[in-house]
Amino acid sequence: MDENLRREIILDHYQNPKNRETVTDEKYIKVNSNNESCIDNINIYILVEDGILKDIKFDGEACAISTSSTSIMIKNLIGKTIDDAIKYINNFEAMVDEKEYDEALLKEGIVYNEIYKQNNRKNCALLPYKGIKNVLNGLKNQKNA
Amino acid sequence: MNREDFPMLEQDIIYLDNGATTLKPKSVIDKTVEYYEKYSANAHRGDYDISYKVDQEYENTRSLVKDYIHAKYLEEIIFTSGATESLNLIVRGFFTNLLEAGDEVLITQSEHAANVIPWFHLANTNGICVNYIPLDDNHYVTLENLKKVITPKTKVISLAHITNVIGDIRPVKEIAEFAHQNNIFVVIDAAQSIGHIPTDVQDLDVDFLTFSAHKMCGPTGVGVLYGKKELLEHVEPLILGGGMNESFDNEHEVYFKDLPTRLEAGTPNIAGVIAFSEAIKYINSIGLDKISEYEKKLRKYLVDKLIDIPYIDLINIESDSGIVAFNVAGIFSQDIAYYLNKYNICVRAGNHCAKILKNEVGVNNTLRVSVYFYNTYEEMDMLVELLSDRDKILKEML
Ligand SMILES: Cc1ncc(COP(=O)(O)O)c(C=O)c1O
Repeated sequence: MDENLRREIILDHYQNPKNRETVTDEKYIKVNSNNESCIDNINIYILVEDGILKDIKFDGEACAISTSSTSIMIKNLIGKTIDDAIKYINNFEAMVDEKEYDEALLKEGIVYNEIYKQNNRKNCALLPYKGIKNVLNGLKNQKNA
Repeated sequence: MNREDFPMLEQDIIYLDNGATTLKPKSVIDKTVEYYEKYSANAHRGDYDISYKVDQEYENTRSLVKDYIHAKYLEEIIFTSGATESLNLIVRGFFTNLLEAGDEVLITQSEHAANVIPWFHLANTNGICVNYIPLDDNHYVTLENLKKVITPKTKVISLAHITNVIGDIRPVKEIAEFAHQNNIFVVIDAAQSIGHIPTDVQDLDVDFLTFSAHKMCGPTGVGVLYGKKELLEHVEPLILGGGMNESFDNEHEVYFKDLPTRLEAGTPNIAGVIAFSEAIKYINSIGLDKISEYEKKLRKYLVDKLIDIPYIDLINIESDSGIVAFNVAGIFSQDIAYYLNKYNICVRAGNHCAKILKNEVGVNNTLRVSVYFYNTYEEMDMLVELLSDRDKILKEML
Protein backbone atom coordinates (compact mmCIF):
# COMPACT_ATOMS: atom_id res chain seq x y z
CA MET A 1 0.00 0.00 0.00
CA ASP A 2 1.18 3.48 -0.85
CA GLU A 3 2.65 5.11 2.27
CA ASN A 4 1.18 8.52 1.56
CA LEU A 5 -2.29 7.12 1.05
CA ARG A 6 -1.98 5.10 4.22
CA ARG A 7 -0.95 8.16 6.21
CA GLU A 8 -3.70 10.23 4.67
CA ILE A 9 -6.41 7.76 5.61
CA ILE A 10 -5.16 7.36 9.16
CA LEU A 11 -4.75 11.08 9.72
CA ASP A 12 -8.17 11.79 8.26
CA HIS A 13 -9.83 9.35 10.64
CA TYR A 14 -7.76 10.80 13.49
CA GLN A 15 -8.50 14.43 12.85
CA ASN A 16 -12.08 13.96 11.65
CA PRO A 17 -13.24 10.73 13.20
CA LYS A 18 -16.63 9.42 12.17
CA ASN A 19 -19.29 8.63 14.76
CA ARG A 20 -17.53 10.40 17.59
CA GLU A 21 -20.31 11.33 19.95
CA THR A 22 -21.15 10.72 23.59
CA VAL A 23 -24.33 8.68 23.93
CA THR A 24 -26.62 8.81 26.94
CA ASP A 25 -29.46 6.76 25.42
CA GLU A 26 -29.75 3.64 27.58
CA LYS A 27 -30.62 1.44 24.63
CA TYR A 28 -26.93 1.55 23.71
CA ILE A 29 -24.55 -0.89 25.34
CA LYS A 30 -21.50 0.96 26.63
CA VAL A 31 -18.06 -0.62 26.73
CA ASN A 32 -14.77 0.94 27.79
CA SER A 33 -11.43 0.01 26.29
CA ASN A 34 -8.16 1.17 27.71
CA ASN A 35 -4.57 0.13 27.32
CA GLU A 36 -2.74 -0.73 30.48
CA SER A 37 0.61 0.45 29.21
CA CYS A 38 -0.55 3.76 27.79
CA ILE A 39 -3.14 6.44 28.25
CA ASP A 40 -5.67 5.58 25.55
CA ASN A 41 -9.17 5.49 26.91
CA ILE A 42 -12.18 4.98 24.66
CA ASN A 43 -15.86 4.34 25.29
CA ILE A 44 -17.84 2.59 22.60
CA TYR A 45 -21.65 2.70 22.48
CA ILE A 46 -23.42 -0.05 20.54
CA LEU A 47 -27.07 -0.22 19.53
CA VAL A 48 -28.14 -3.75 18.61
CA GLU A 49 -31.60 -4.39 17.18
CA ASP A 50 -32.79 -7.74 15.81
CA GLY A 51 -29.28 -9.12 15.80
CA ILE A 52 -27.95 -6.21 13.76
CA LEU A 53 -25.49 -3.51 14.80
CA LYS A 54 -27.78 -0.61 14.02
CA ASP A 55 -25.53 2.14 15.32
CA ILE A 56 -22.16 2.57 17.01
CA LYS A 57 -20.60 5.70 18.50
CA PHE A 58 -17.47 6.40 20.52
CA ASP A 59 -15.88 9.02 22.70
CA GLY A 60 -12.75 9.37 24.81
CA GLU A 61 -9.12 10.28 24.36
CA ALA A 62 -6.61 8.23 22.47
CA CYS A 63 -3.63 8.40 20.15
CA ALA A 64 -3.78 8.71 16.38
CA ILE A 65 -3.64 4.98 15.77
CA SER A 66 -6.29 4.08 18.35
CA THR A 67 -8.62 6.89 17.34
CA SER A 68 -8.39 6.20 13.62
CA SER A 69 -8.68 2.48 14.18
CA THR A 70 -11.86 3.02 16.20
CA SER A 71 -13.34 5.30 13.57
CA ILE A 72 -12.60 2.81 10.78
CA MET A 73 -13.84 -0.15 12.79
CA ILE A 74 -17.15 1.52 13.54
CA LYS A 75 -17.66 2.56 9.95
CA ASN A 76 -17.16 -1.03 8.86
CA LEU A 77 -19.28 -2.65 11.57
CA ILE A 78 -22.44 -0.58 11.36
CA GLY A 79 -25.18 -2.56 9.63
CA LYS A 80 -23.51 -5.94 10.14
CA THR A 81 -25.11 -8.90 11.90
CA ILE A 82 -23.47 -9.96 15.14
CA ASP A 83 -21.93 -12.98 13.43
CA ASP A 84 -20.53 -10.96 10.55
CA ALA A 85 -19.20 -8.36 12.94
CA ILE A 86 -17.35 -11.01 14.92
CA LYS A 87 -15.99 -12.34 11.66
CA TYR A 88 -14.72 -8.88 10.71
CA ILE A 89 -13.08 -8.46 14.09
CA ASN A 90 -11.38 -11.87 14.00
CA ASN A 91 -10.11 -11.13 10.54
CA PHE A 92 -8.70 -7.75 11.62
CA GLU A 93 -7.00 -9.28 14.65
CA ALA A 94 -5.51 -12.00 12.46
CA MET A 95 -3.98 -9.34 10.23
CA VAL A 96 -2.43 -7.44 13.12
CA ASP A 97 -1.13 -10.68 14.62
CA GLU A 98 0.49 -11.64 11.29
CA LYS A 99 -1.80 -14.62 10.76
CA GLU A 100 -3.71 -15.53 7.65
CA TYR A 101 -6.51 -13.11 6.85
CA ASP A 102 -8.92 -12.13 4.11
CA GLU A 103 -7.91 -8.77 2.66
CA ALA A 104 -11.19 -8.23 0.88
CA LEU A 105 -13.18 -8.11 4.12
CA LEU A 106 -11.13 -5.33 5.68
CA LYS A 107 -11.86 -2.28 3.53
CA GLU A 108 -10.02 0.73 5.04
CA GLY A 109 -8.91 -1.48 7.94
CA ILE A 110 -6.14 -2.62 5.61
CA VAL A 111 -4.17 0.54 6.48
CA TYR A 112 -2.92 -1.29 9.58
CA ASN A 113 -1.51 -4.25 7.65
CA GLU A 114 2.03 -3.26 8.56
CA ILE A 115 1.42 -2.18 12.12
CA TYR A 116 3.02 -5.41 13.33
CA LYS A 117 6.35 -3.82 12.47
CA GLN A 118 5.81 -1.37 15.33
CA ASN A 119 5.31 -3.63 18.28
CA ASN A 120 4.45 -0.82 20.66
CA ARG A 121 1.60 0.35 18.42
CA LYS A 122 -0.08 -2.99 17.75
CA ASN A 123 -2.16 -2.62 20.87
CA CYS A 124 -3.24 0.84 19.76
CA ALA A 125 -4.75 -0.54 16.57
CA LEU A 126 -6.42 -3.39 18.48
CA LEU A 127 -7.72 -1.23 21.31
CA PRO A 128 -11.31 -0.68 20.15
CA TYR A 129 -11.67 -4.32 19.09
CA LYS A 130 -11.06 -5.71 22.58
CA GLY A 131 -14.13 -4.26 24.25
CA ILE A 132 -16.62 -4.65 21.43
CA LYS A 133 -15.64 -8.26 20.83
CA ASN A 134 -16.50 -9.16 24.40
CA VAL A 135 -19.90 -7.52 24.07
CA LEU A 136 -20.68 -9.23 20.79
CA ASN A 137 -19.57 -12.65 22.01
CA GLY A 138 -21.79 -12.14 25.06
CA LEU A 139 -24.77 -11.30 22.88
CA LYS A 140 -24.10 -14.29 20.66
CA ASN A 141 -23.99 -16.67 23.62
CA GLN A 142 -27.21 -15.20 24.97
CA LYS A 143 -28.90 -15.86 21.65
CA ASN A 144 -27.64 -19.42 21.52
CA ALA A 145 -28.47 -20.19 25.13
CA MET B 1 27.28 19.38 33.28
CA ASN B 2 29.04 16.19 34.42
CA ARG B 3 27.74 14.18 31.49
CA GLU B 4 30.86 12.04 31.37
CA ASP B 5 29.94 10.49 34.73
CA PHE B 6 26.81 8.84 33.31
CA PRO B 7 27.27 5.63 31.30
CA MET B 8 23.70 5.93 29.96
CA LEU B 9 24.68 9.15 28.22
CA GLU B 10 27.21 7.34 26.09
CA GLN B 11 24.19 6.23 24.10
CA ASP B 12 22.66 8.48 21.55
CA ILE B 13 19.67 9.55 23.66
CA ILE B 14 18.22 12.76 24.98
CA TYR B 15 16.79 11.84 28.33
CA LEU B 16 14.13 14.30 29.47
CA ASP B 17 12.09 12.14 31.83
CA ASN B 18 13.96 12.88 35.04
CA GLY B 19 10.71 13.33 36.92
CA ALA B 20 10.10 9.62 36.46
CA THR B 21 13.61 8.55 37.35
CA THR B 22 17.11 9.91 37.04
CA LEU B 23 20.17 8.37 35.43
CA LYS B 24 22.86 6.87 37.64
CA PRO B 25 26.49 8.01 37.76
CA LYS B 26 29.21 5.42 37.43
CA SER B 27 30.08 5.70 41.13
CA VAL B 28 26.62 4.47 42.13
CA ILE B 29 26.78 1.57 39.69
CA ASP B 30 30.29 0.67 40.86
CA LYS B 31 29.23 0.71 44.49
CA THR B 32 26.40 -1.72 43.73
CA VAL B 33 28.85 -4.07 42.08
CA GLU B 34 31.34 -3.59 44.91
CA TYR B 35 28.82 -4.94 47.40
CA TYR B 36 28.06 -8.02 45.33
CA GLU B 37 31.71 -8.68 44.57
CA LYS B 38 33.47 -7.75 47.80
CA TYR B 39 31.22 -8.16 50.84
CA SER B 40 27.99 -9.78 49.75
CA ALA B 41 26.70 -10.74 53.20
CA ASN B 42 23.51 -9.95 55.09
CA ALA B 43 23.08 -6.88 57.27
CA HIS B 44 22.62 -6.70 61.03
CA ARG B 45 24.11 -10.14 61.58
CA GLY B 46 27.73 -9.07 61.92
CA ASP B 47 29.54 -12.09 63.32
CA TYR B 48 32.29 -12.04 60.74
CA ASP B 49 34.30 -9.42 58.89
CA ILE B 50 32.38 -9.02 55.66
CA SER B 51 29.07 -8.93 57.51
CA TYR B 52 30.43 -6.28 59.79
CA LYS B 53 31.51 -4.34 56.71
CA VAL B 54 27.93 -4.53 55.40
CA ASP B 55 26.60 -3.06 58.63
CA GLN B 56 29.12 -0.27 58.47
CA GLU B 57 28.31 0.59 54.88
CA TYR B 58 24.56 0.35 55.46
CA GLU B 59 24.66 2.60 58.49
CA ASN B 60 26.99 4.97 56.70
CA THR B 61 24.25 5.63 54.17
CA ARG B 62 21.83 6.34 57.00
CA SER B 63 24.23 8.86 58.36
CA LEU B 64 24.67 10.52 54.95
CA VAL B 65 20.89 10.74 54.55
CA LYS B 66 20.58 12.26 58.00
CA ASP B 67 23.04 14.98 57.08
CA TYR B 68 21.59 15.43 53.61
CA ILE B 69 18.18 16.37 55.01
CA HIS B 70 19.61 17.75 58.24
CA ALA B 71 17.70 15.42 60.54
CA LYS B 72 18.48 15.53 64.24
CA TYR B 73 18.87 11.81 64.96
CA LEU B 74 19.96 8.77 63.00
CA GLU B 75 16.90 6.86 64.22
CA GLU B 76 14.74 9.31 62.30
CA ILE B 77 15.88 7.80 58.99
CA ILE B 78 13.96 4.66 57.99
CA PHE B 79 14.86 2.84 54.79
CA THR B 80 11.93 1.65 52.70
CA SER B 81 11.50 0.49 49.11
CA GLY B 82 10.55 3.97 47.91
CA ALA B 83 8.45 7.07 48.45
CA THR B 84 5.28 5.10 47.87
CA GLU B 85 6.04 2.65 50.64
CA SER B 86 7.11 5.47 52.95
CA LEU B 87 3.80 7.27 52.47
CA ASN B 88 1.83 4.07 52.98
CA LEU B 89 3.79 3.34 56.12
CA ILE B 90 2.86 6.58 57.82
CA VAL B 91 -0.73 6.67 56.64
CA ARG B 92 -1.41 3.05 57.54
CA GLY B 93 1.02 2.63 60.43
CA PHE B 94 0.48 5.97 62.16
CA PHE B 95 -2.51 8.01 61.03
CA THR B 96 -4.85 5.01 60.87
CA ASN B 97 -4.55 4.71 64.63
CA LEU B 98 -4.58 8.40 65.35
CA LEU B 99 -7.36 9.81 63.23
CA GLU B 100 -11.04 9.40 63.98
CA ALA B 101 -14.09 9.47 61.77
CA GLY B 102 -14.79 13.03 60.71
CA ASP B 103 -11.17 14.17 61.03
CA GLU B 104 -9.92 15.96 57.95
CA VAL B 105 -6.80 15.49 55.83
CA LEU B 106 -5.95 18.27 53.39
CA ILE B 107 -4.16 17.52 50.13
CA THR B 108 -4.37 19.19 46.70
CA GLN B 109 -5.53 18.14 43.28
CA SER B 110 -1.98 18.08 41.98
CA GLU B 111 -0.70 15.36 44.29
CA HIS B 112 0.80 12.14 43.00
CA ALA B 113 -1.25 8.95 43.44
CA ALA B 114 1.11 7.87 46.22
CA ASN B 115 -0.07 10.83 48.29
CA VAL B 116 -3.73 10.41 47.37
CA ILE B 117 -4.74 6.77 47.34
CA PRO B 118 -3.53 5.83 50.85
CA TRP B 119 -5.62 8.74 52.20
CA PHE B 120 -8.63 7.71 50.13
CA HIS B 121 -8.24 4.23 51.53
CA LEU B 122 -8.21 5.62 55.05
CA ALA B 123 -11.32 7.66 54.25
CA ASN B 124 -13.09 4.50 53.12
CA THR B 125 -12.05 2.44 56.12
CA ASN B 126 -11.94 4.98 58.99
CA GLY B 127 -14.40 7.60 57.85
CA ILE B 128 -11.92 10.49 57.73
CA CYS B 129 -12.49 13.20 55.10
CA VAL B 130 -9.98 14.05 52.39
CA ASN B 131 -10.37 17.62 51.15
CA TYR B 132 -8.40 19.84 48.80
CA ILE B 133 -6.61 23.11 49.37
CA PRO B 134 -7.73 25.27 46.43
CA LEU B 135 -4.89 26.22 44.09
CA ASP B 136 -4.40 29.72 42.72
CA ASP B 137 -4.42 30.71 39.04
CA ASN B 138 -0.92 29.33 38.55
CA HIS B 139 -2.01 26.09 40.29
CA TYR B 140 0.12 27.02 43.32
CA VAL B 141 -0.63 26.40 46.98
CA THR B 142 -0.71 29.60 49.01
CA LEU B 143 -0.85 30.10 52.73
CA GLU B 144 -3.90 32.35 52.28
CA ASN B 145 -5.85 29.60 50.55
CA LEU B 146 -4.83 27.15 53.23
CA LYS B 147 -6.01 29.51 55.95
CA LYS B 148 -9.37 29.78 54.23
CA VAL B 149 -10.06 26.07 54.28
CA ILE B 150 -8.73 24.69 57.54
CA THR B 151 -11.31 23.79 60.16
CA PRO B 152 -11.05 22.52 63.72
CA LYS B 153 -11.35 19.06 62.21
CA THR B 154 -8.19 19.44 60.08
CA LYS B 155 -5.56 17.09 61.49
CA VAL B 156 -3.11 16.54 58.63
CA ILE B 157 -1.77 18.50 55.67
CA SER B 158 -0.02 16.23 53.18
CA LEU B 159 1.69 17.86 50.22
CA ALA B 160 4.40 17.34 47.65
CA HIS B 161 7.30 19.74 48.19
CA ILE B 162 7.51 20.01 44.39
CA THR B 163 4.66 18.61 42.31
CA ASN B 164 5.40 16.29 39.44
CA VAL B 165 3.33 17.96 36.70
CA ILE B 166 3.22 21.66 37.58
CA GLY B 167 6.63 21.68 39.21
CA ASP B 168 5.79 24.39 41.73
CA ILE B 169 7.73 24.59 44.98
CA ARG B 170 5.38 24.72 47.93
CA PRO B 171 6.01 27.17 50.79
CA VAL B 172 6.55 24.28 53.17
CA LYS B 173 8.12 26.23 56.01
CA GLU B 174 5.27 28.74 56.24
CA ILE B 175 2.69 25.98 55.91
CA ALA B 176 4.30 23.93 58.67
CA GLU B 177 4.52 26.90 61.01
CA PHE B 178 0.88 27.72 60.52
CA ALA B 179 -0.15 24.07 60.74
CA HIS B 180 1.63 23.51 64.01
CA GLN B 181 0.02 26.58 65.54
CA ASN B 182 -3.22 24.77 64.83
CA ASN B 183 -2.07 21.31 65.97
CA ILE B 184 -2.03 19.93 62.46
CA PHE B 185 0.52 17.34 61.32
CA VAL B 186 2.55 18.06 58.18
CA VAL B 187 3.57 15.30 55.77
CA ILE B 188 5.85 16.22 52.88
CA ASP B 189 6.25 14.08 49.78
CA ALA B 190 9.75 15.10 48.69
CA ALA B 191 10.02 12.69 45.74
CA GLN B 192 10.40 15.49 43.18
CA SER B 193 12.36 17.92 45.31
CA ILE B 194 14.95 15.78 47.06
CA GLY B 195 17.48 15.73 44.24
CA HIS B 196 16.80 19.28 43.07
CA ILE B 197 16.59 21.71 45.98
CA PRO B 198 18.07 21.63 49.48
CA THR B 199 15.91 20.02 52.16
CA ASP B 200 16.33 20.87 55.84
CA VAL B 201 13.71 19.01 57.87
CA GLN B 202 14.51 20.92 61.05
CA ASP B 203 14.30 24.31 59.43
CA LEU B 204 11.12 23.35 57.55
CA ASP B 205 9.87 21.72 60.76
CA VAL B 206 7.91 18.99 58.98
CA ASP B 207 6.64 15.96 60.88
CA PHE B 208 7.23 13.38 58.17
CA LEU B 209 9.09 13.49 54.87
CA THR B 210 9.29 10.80 52.20
CA PHE B 211 11.35 10.25 49.08
CA SER B 212 12.92 7.72 46.69
CA ALA B 213 16.62 7.29 45.97
CA HIS B 214 16.09 6.69 42.26
CA LYS B 215 14.97 10.26 41.64
CA MET B 216 18.28 11.58 42.94
CA CYS B 217 20.79 9.52 40.96
CA GLY B 218 20.42 6.59 43.33
CA PRO B 219 19.33 3.01 42.78
CA THR B 220 15.71 1.87 42.40
CA GLY B 221 14.07 0.02 45.25
CA VAL B 222 15.35 2.32 48.01
CA GLY B 223 13.36 5.01 49.73
CA VAL B 224 13.39 6.97 52.94
CA LEU B 225 10.85 7.80 55.55
CA TYR B 226 11.94 10.63 57.80
CA GLY B 227 9.85 11.29 60.89
CA LYS B 228 10.38 13.28 64.04
CA LYS B 229 11.65 10.78 66.57
CA GLU B 230 8.82 11.24 69.04
CA LEU B 231 6.31 10.54 66.26
CA LEU B 232 8.17 7.63 64.65
CA GLU B 233 8.13 5.91 68.05
CA HIS B 234 4.38 5.54 67.53
CA VAL B 235 4.49 4.25 63.98
CA GLU B 236 3.35 0.66 63.96
CA PRO B 237 5.33 -1.63 61.68
CA LEU B 238 3.25 -2.87 58.75
CA ILE B 239 5.73 -5.58 57.92
CA LEU B 240 6.64 -8.03 60.63
CA GLY B 241 9.44 -10.55 60.63
CA GLY B 242 13.15 -10.98 61.01
CA GLY B 243 15.53 -8.27 62.06
CA MET B 244 12.94 -6.08 63.71
CA ASN B 245 12.01 -8.24 66.70
CA GLU B 246 13.96 -8.36 69.94
CA SER B 247 12.63 -11.72 70.97
CA PHE B 248 9.54 -13.83 70.70
CA ASP B 249 8.37 -16.92 72.49
CA ASN B 250 5.69 -19.50 72.25
CA GLU B 251 3.15 -17.30 73.92
CA HIS B 252 2.98 -15.05 70.85
CA GLU B 253 4.56 -12.25 72.78
CA VAL B 254 6.83 -10.24 70.53
CA TYR B 255 9.14 -7.51 71.67
CA PHE B 256 10.11 -5.09 68.97
CA LYS B 257 13.52 -3.56 68.61
CA ASP B 258 14.04 0.17 68.74
CA LEU B 259 14.00 2.56 65.83
CA PRO B 260 14.98 2.45 63.06
CA THR B 261 15.27 -1.35 62.92
CA ARG B 262 11.72 -1.83 64.17
CA LEU B 263 10.41 -0.44 60.90
CA GLU B 264 12.84 -2.31 58.64
CA ALA B 265 11.78 -5.96 58.88
CA GLY B 266 13.33 -8.60 56.67
CA THR B 267 16.50 -8.44 54.60
CA PRO B 268 16.52 -4.95 53.11
CA ASN B 269 17.74 -3.84 49.70
CA ILE B 270 21.32 -3.92 50.98
CA ALA B 271 23.06 -3.28 47.68
CA GLY B 272 20.69 -0.43 46.94
CA VAL B 273 21.05 1.27 50.31
CA ILE B 274 24.83 0.97 50.18
CA ALA B 275 25.02 2.34 46.64
CA PHE B 276 22.67 5.16 47.60
CA SER B 277 25.54 6.61 49.64
CA GLU B 278 27.39 7.35 46.42
CA ALA B 279 24.39 9.19 44.99
CA ILE B 280 24.29 11.49 48.00
CA LYS B 281 28.02 12.10 47.83
CA TYR B 282 27.73 12.77 44.13
CA ILE B 283 24.95 15.34 44.48
CA ASN B 284 26.75 16.97 47.39
CA SER B 285 29.88 17.24 45.28
CA ILE B 286 28.02 19.29 42.69
CA GLY B 287 25.86 21.14 45.20
CA LEU B 288 22.08 21.41 45.26
CA ASP B 289 22.15 25.18 44.90
CA LYS B 290 24.11 24.87 41.69
CA ILE B 291 21.81 22.10 40.43
CA SER B 292 18.67 24.09 41.05
CA GLU B 293 20.11 27.26 39.52
CA TYR B 294 21.11 25.39 36.39
CA GLU B 295 17.73 23.65 36.03
CA LYS B 296 15.90 26.95 36.32
CA LYS B 297 18.06 28.51 33.61
CA LEU B 298 17.68 25.54 31.32
CA ARG B 299 13.94 25.49 31.86
CA LYS B 300 13.62 29.18 31.14
CA TYR B 301 15.64 28.75 27.96
CA LEU B 302 13.24 26.02 26.81
CA VAL B 303 10.05 27.81 27.83
CA ASP B 304 11.11 31.02 26.11
CA LYS B 305 11.37 29.09 22.87
CA LEU B 306 8.26 26.97 23.26
CA ILE B 307 6.19 30.04 23.99
CA ASP B 308 6.89 31.29 20.47
CA ILE B 309 5.41 28.19 18.86
CA PRO B 310 1.77 29.16 18.32
CA TYR B 311 0.22 25.70 18.57
CA ILE B 312 1.94 24.76 21.80
CA ASP B 313 -0.13 25.17 24.96
CA LEU B 314 2.08 25.49 28.01
CA ILE B 315 0.44 24.30 31.21
CA ASN B 316 3.03 25.86 33.52
CA ILE B 317 4.79 28.87 32.06
CA GLU B 318 6.12 29.79 35.47
CA SER B 319 7.81 27.20 37.62
CA ASP B 320 10.82 27.11 39.88
CA SER B 321 11.76 23.55 39.07
CA GLY B 322 12.88 21.79 35.90
CA ILE B 323 9.43 20.58 34.86
CA VAL B 324 7.63 21.79 31.73
CA ALA B 325 4.17 20.44 30.88
CA PHE B 326 2.53 21.23 27.56
CA ASN B 327 0.38 20.03 24.70
CA VAL B 328 0.55 20.39 20.95
CA ALA B 329 -2.87 21.58 19.85
CA GLY B 330 -4.89 18.88 18.14
CA ILE B 331 -2.37 16.10 18.66
CA PHE B 332 -2.60 13.57 21.44
CA SER B 333 0.39 13.76 23.78
CA GLN B 334 1.32 10.15 23.28
CA ASP B 335 1.66 10.64 19.53
CA ILE B 336 4.16 13.44 20.18
CA ALA B 337 6.11 11.26 22.58
CA TYR B 338 6.14 8.59 19.93
CA TYR B 339 7.39 11.06 17.33
CA LEU B 340 10.16 12.34 19.60
CA ASN B 341 11.15 8.77 20.37
CA LYS B 342 12.05 8.35 16.71
CA TYR B 343 14.77 10.90 17.42
CA ASN B 344 15.79 9.14 20.64
CA ILE B 345 14.22 11.80 22.80
CA CYS B 346 12.63 10.44 25.96
CA VAL B 347 9.70 12.46 27.26
CA ARG B 348 6.67 11.32 29.19
CA ALA B 349 3.08 11.53 27.97
CA GLY B 350 0.07 11.01 30.17
CA ASN B 351 -1.42 12.09 33.44
CA HIS B 352 1.81 11.37 35.37
CA CYS B 353 -0.11 9.65 38.19
CA ALA B 354 -1.76 12.96 39.04
CA LYS B 355 -5.16 11.83 37.87
CA ILE B 356 -7.20 14.40 39.73
CA LEU B 357 -5.16 17.29 38.38
CA LYS B 358 -7.38 17.36 35.30
CA ASN B 359 -10.10 19.00 37.42
CA GLU B 360 -7.64 21.77 38.07
CA VAL B 361 -5.92 22.40 34.73
CA GLY B 362 -8.72 21.19 32.47
CA VAL B 363 -6.71 18.67 30.47
CA ASN B 364 -6.29 14.97 31.10
CA ASN B 365 -2.97 14.33 29.49
CA THR B 366 0.15 16.32 28.83
CA LEU B 367 3.69 15.95 27.63
CA ARG B 368 6.16 16.42 30.40
CA VAL B 369 9.77 17.43 29.98
CA SER B 370 11.72 17.21 33.22
CA VAL B 371 15.35 18.27 33.08
CA TYR B 372 18.30 17.53 35.34
CA PHE B 373 21.80 18.93 35.61
CA TYR B 374 23.18 16.65 32.89
CA ASN B 375 20.78 17.99 30.26
CA THR B 376 22.13 20.62 27.90
CA TYR B 377 21.06 23.70 25.96
CA GLU B 378 21.79 21.80 22.74
CA GLU B 379 19.26 19.17 23.78
CA MET B 380 16.65 21.87 24.30
CA ASP B 381 17.42 23.25 20.83
CA MET B 382 16.94 19.83 19.31
CA LEU B 383 13.61 19.37 21.09
CA VAL B 384 12.39 22.79 20.03
CA GLU B 385 13.44 22.23 16.46
CA LEU B 386 11.49 18.98 16.29
CA LEU B 387 8.42 20.61 17.79
CA SER B 388 8.61 23.62 15.48
CA ASP B 389 7.28 21.86 12.43
CA ARG B 390 3.71 20.68 12.85
CA ASP B 391 3.53 19.10 9.40
CA LYS B 392 6.62 17.07 10.14
CA ILE B 393 5.06 15.88 13.38
CA LEU B 394 1.86 14.82 11.62
CA LYS B 395 3.85 13.09 8.94
CA GLU B 396 6.19 11.20 11.20
CA MET B 397 4.17 10.46 14.31
CA LEU B 398 2.41 7.40 12.89
C1 LIG C 1 5.44 13.70 43.60
C2 LIG C 1 5.70 12.23 43.65
N1 LIG C 1 5.39 11.55 44.76
C3 LIG C 1 5.61 10.23 44.86
C4 LIG C 1 6.14 9.51 43.84
C5 LIG C 1 6.32 8.04 43.99
O1 LIG C 1 7.63 7.65 43.95
P1 LIG C 1 8.03 6.11 43.82
O2 LIG C 1 7.31 5.57 42.62
O3 LIG C 1 9.50 6.11 43.67
O4 LIG C 1 7.58 5.42 45.07
C6 LIG C 1 6.48 10.16 42.65
C7 LIG C 1 7.03 9.40 41.50
O5 LIG C 1 6.77 9.69 40.35
C8 LIG C 1 6.25 11.55 42.56
O6 LIG C 1 6.55 12.23 41.43
